[in-house]
Amino acid sequence: MIITNIETVPGKNIVEHFGLVSGSTIRAKHVGRDIMAGLKNLVGGELKGYTQLLQESRQQALDRMVDQARQLGANAIVNVRFSTSSVAQGAAELYVYGTAVRIE
Amino acid sequence: MYNLLFFITLIAVGYLAGTFAERYHYRSIHLREKMFINLPAVTMKTVDYPDDKIKSAELVYGSAVISIDYFKRFTASLRNIFGGTVKSYESLIDRARREALLRMKEMAGDSRMIVNVRIETSTIGRNANKKGVGCLEAIAYGTALTLA
Repeated sequence: MIITNIETVPGKNIVEHFGLVSGSTIRAKHVGRDIMAGLKNLVGGELKGYTQLLQESRQQALDRMVDQARQLGANAIVNVRFSTSSVAQGAAELYVYGTAVRIE
Repeated sequence: MYNLLFFITLIAVGYLAGTFAERYHYRSIHLREKMFINLPAVTMKTVDYPDDKIKSAELVYGSAVISIDYFKRFTASLRNIFGGTVKSYESLIDRARREALLRMKEMAGDSRMIVNVRIETSTIGRNANKKGVGCLEAIAYGTALTLA
């Protein structure tokens, strides 16, 4: 599966469009991580627990989008966008969407 | 009285540890930015290379969650009273975005360049932000092009 966030896959021709595919996920860390992040907020610096949370959510959202595209019979996703929002305290909502296509 | 003492301790600890952490982080950022000086990340969607020269294109991304220390948050809340540029938050935003960009470049490996770079920010640490902005999450993503 080739994923790009430009309109085409360079050097390849798009032969078929399958429309929008998307994946989203909402994940939270356990309370211990939230408390650690609260403490870390005192001295500043990177909140590793939250960075990891963000990475896991993004990976899961991407996986879901790829699964959806695969079911449609696509072999590439172009014009991918990430979008984030917060629905609850300490939880990360990540939405990723793109256009599933088949390339030569 | 004890409350005041506690508050002053927090500010002192925040100032010392925060300044140290920031300086350390900036040194690492500068070092890695020099390392990746040959890997341009641009917001353009197309490049001048002929299509048949491009071997592969793949999505690369990186993210970072950075928070600022107690002292800077305190000075920022003071700034809120008088208005003006909130310098304390400038370094926070700068660090988060540059770190995210660097992680994106680390993922790109031996690619020639990264096109259509976008930077997103989000809020997951809301419980840590009761006093306004406390931490910032930045995601940078783009398409890494490898030349044949």
